[in-house]
Parts: sequence; structure tokens; C-alpha cells
Amino acid sequence: MTSPYPIVAIAGILIVALSLAALLIWLERRLLALWQDRYGPNRVGPFGLLQVVADMIKIFAKEDWIPPFADKGVFVIAPAIIMVTVLLSFAVVPFSPGIIVVDLNIALLFFLGMSSLGVYSIVLAGWASDNKYSLLGGLRAAAQMISYEVFMSLSLMGVVLLAGSFSLSAIVEAQKRLWFVVPQFLGFLLFLIAGVAEARRSPFDLPEADSELVAGFHSEYSGMKFGMFFVGEYLGVILISSMITVLFFGGWLGPWLPPVVWFLIKMFAFICFFILLRASLPRLRFDQLMSWGWKVMLPLALLNLIVTGAVVVAWQ
Amino acid sequence: MEAAFYIAGIVAIVSTVLTISRLNAVHALLYLIVSLLAVAVAFYAMGAPLVAALEVIVYAGAIMVLFVFVVMMLNLGKRAAIAEGQWMQGSIWVGPVLLSAVLIAEVVYLILRARLPEIAVGVIDPKQVGLALYGPYLIGVELASMLLLGALVGACHLGRPVHEKTEARYDRNSDGARAHSGGNLIRAGIGRTPDAP
Repeated sequence: MTSPYPIVAIAGILIVALSLAALLIWLERRLLALWQDRYGPNRVGPFGLLQVVADMIKIFAKEDWIPPFADKGVFVIAPAIIMVTVLLSFAVVPFSPGIIVVDLNIALLFFLGMSSLGVYSIVLAGWASDNKYSLLGGLRAAAQMISYEVFMSLSLMGVVLLAGSFSLSAIVEAQKRLWFVVPQFLGFLLFLIAGVAEARRSPFDLPEADSELVAGFHSEYSGMKFGMFFVGEYLGVILISSMITVLFFGGWLGPWLPPVVWFLIKMFAFICFFILLRASLPRLRFDQLMSWGWKVMLPLALLNLIVTGAVVVAWQ
Repeated sequence: MEAAFYIAGIVAIVSTVLTISRLNAVHALLYLIVSLLAVAVAFYAMGAPLVAALEVIVYAGAIMVLFVFVVMMLNLGKRAAIAEGQWMQGSIWVGPVLLSAVLIAEVVYLILRARLPEIAVGVIDPKQVGLALYGPYLIGVELASMLLLGALVGACHLGRPVHEKTEARYDRNSDGARAHSGGNLIRAGIGRTPDAP
């Protein structure tokens, strides 16, 4: 199932993912504007599409300042961690049969491992900045992402039980007759909420809550280092959307159109849903976030796992 | 795969040594994370992908984040690093280094004498690990789950909201009565009404 030309697949996926992430900045601003009844960026190029290029030039040309009180080594490495972990996760995503970098038999666990390593980026950025707002953002990120990771992985185990494999392409193949969103609807909801929290998107964007923490963990970052956090967040959104597509909505499966097109259509629907969430929901309070995670989501994830297991056993 | 195993092993050893010798606690933890990741790669090279993935998810991804979290809360800063530097000087190294040098010599001797075993025994997929865990090693799984349950009950006990009775006892007995009851009231308030208007 692995691509015959891995280098071509790697280069293609990298280029597409990075340019999609850049394009998402424009898309998000336009869609947010649409839902808030205004125009958004519409001056540079057709439909304001070249706004992305203008932003890129600006962010590359900005002074890349490292505060003298910061822990220099950790400060520099923190934004790199999020890019590396998110981009590595794309290696196991099956975009269509043949367009996949490596078809691991533990692909799902690889994705979970990479997303749990991504926490370090935020936590270390908050710590290395040596600034109380950044530190608070980093602490919040650590607590939030650890809590939500627990039921994120638990919510996926129902899918693993039904498909009988950790391999993502096997999971897609197992959905030929029925998408897993139907038998695993609770698991889908749990994973969706956990995914929003993992990507630190509104309403779970407490690590960078502007109104209370200036900009949270990236208050001290400027230039392209800030840009890497920014692009990393959008890459995270793309990654979570493609994981939802693969795990619950049949990945590349679909009639008439080529498989990649089906994958991209489903993925884009979820990306737009993420943006809609940001446009419509207020930010949670931190204690609400934690008690929601541990007292509601975790028991539900366990219940989902037990019921799915029982049904699978009874079926056999 | 064998080369990958040995390279990962060397990375693990070097980063563990650096973990011990760092003065800044967060830097030490970062090297420990690298060491755990190297061990995960070594497991993968040996043909145990499930263990490698769990090493990354559980150790590097969850437990070490909690370590970093606690160290961040302690806010050690530069003064702690200077103090560490003063403790870790000169003659204090001699004893441990000598003793571990003896151990290393022994290990090297044993490795050189013994015929090297095959590293890769074939890939062990997750299903086999699961069958082994819930078959011959069931008692171990059960014991571990009991241990974790005990820890969970303990954590719930420590984190429970403080009741009025214990608060009154604090007021009578302890010296910092006012400070205590104030803190408890705040904690009880947070515990009781998470979504008050």
C-alpha cells in the first residue's frame, strides 16, 4: 500500500500540507468575516488571496528578537518541536491508496505519540520566555493537553476494536460497508472535542487567551519563530481534520470522484467546521475545561469502550 | 536495523549522562526525554513497535510532561543552577565514578565473552502483545491495575473538598488558624461550585 516513490510522496505531502496551512490563514479570516457579517481581507489580489503572500513577506522580514532574559537554547528549539511533530504525523496519514509515506502497523499510536510530544513545544516556549504570562500559558497547555489526550486515545479504541488494527489504511478499508461515524458516534464526538483541544483552537484556546494572558506562551516570540507556532497551529487543524476523515468518515472512500478528491472534500468540511467553532463559541473558563474533561468526557470514553467491546464480543 | 539499534543505544547513554550532569533542572529533563525517545527507537529496531509507541506516549509524552510541569511550577531559576554547580564540584564525583567504572568494566567483559544474541527476533505485532498480557501474564496486569486504582483513590482523597468539621479542627488546633481556614474556604469554594454565575 505504501507509495512506489516515497520521496515523491514525502515532497508532495510536505508541499501540499504547508501551502494548505498558509492558505488556511486567508480562508479563516475570510470565513470568520463572512460569519461576522463583514468583508475580511479583500484588497490584495483576487478575493484577497495574495494576502497570504503579503503576510509571508512581512513575517519573514520582521526582526527575530530573542529576549535577553530568555533561556536561549530552549527558546529557539520550542517552535521547531511543534513543526517536527505535526509534520511527522502526516507521514502515517493515508490520503489515498498509494499516497502515503509509510503504512505502519501502529500508525494510530504513532499519531497519538506525536501529538503528545507536541505539548513540549508549548510548555517549553512558555517556560523559556521567562515571563509570567507565558509561563501561565505553558502551565495551562500542559494541564489541558495531558487531560484531553487521555480520552482522545480512549475514544479511538472503539474504532480500533471494530477495525481490528492500528493501521490507518486498514481502518479505512474496514469502512467499505459502513463509515465508523455511525456505530461510533459517541467516539466521534469525543474525538472531535479532544481534537479541538489538542489543536488548542477556540473554545479551548486557553494557553493563548489574549484577553487574560496577552498572547500566552508565544508572547515573547516574533518573526518567523512566531510564524512557526502560527503555521504549526494550522497544520494541527489540517491533521486533526484528516484524522477525523480517516477514522470516522471513510477516508478516501466514495463513489465517482478520484479517492484523493474525496479525502480533500471531507477534510475541508472539517476545517471549515473548526473555523465555524471559533466564530461562534466563547472561550471556556479553565476550571470548567478541566472538570468537563475529567468528569464528563473520560467516563463517557470509558463507557463507549466497554459497550463497543461487549458488542464486538457478542457479535463474534 | 542493527545499526539503528546501536546508534539509538549510544544516544540513550550519552543523553542519560547529560541528564545527570546538567545544572538546570529543565535542561536535565529535556535530555531525559531524548533518552526515552532513544530507548523507543531501540525497541522499534528490535521489532517491538507497540512497546516503542507506548514508550513515546506514556513515558515521553505524559509522565515527563508532568515532571516538566512540576519543575516549571517550582520556578528554580538561575540561583538554583548556581547552587547545583556548587554541590556538584570536584571530589564528590570520585566515589561514584570509581564504582561505576568497575561495573562498566564488568559489563564490557561479560559482553565480550558472551556470544552476542540476535537482536531482532522478528516483528511482534500489537495483537501478540495483547494475547500475552491477557494470557500468561494476566496476574501482572491485575496487580498493576490494583496499584493504579490505589493511587487513584489516594489522589481523590488528597484532592477532595475540605469539609466544615475538619476546618473547625484546624481553627482550634493550629497556629496559623486564620490562614488555614482562608485557604480551605477558597479550595472548598472551587471544589463545590465550578459553574457559579
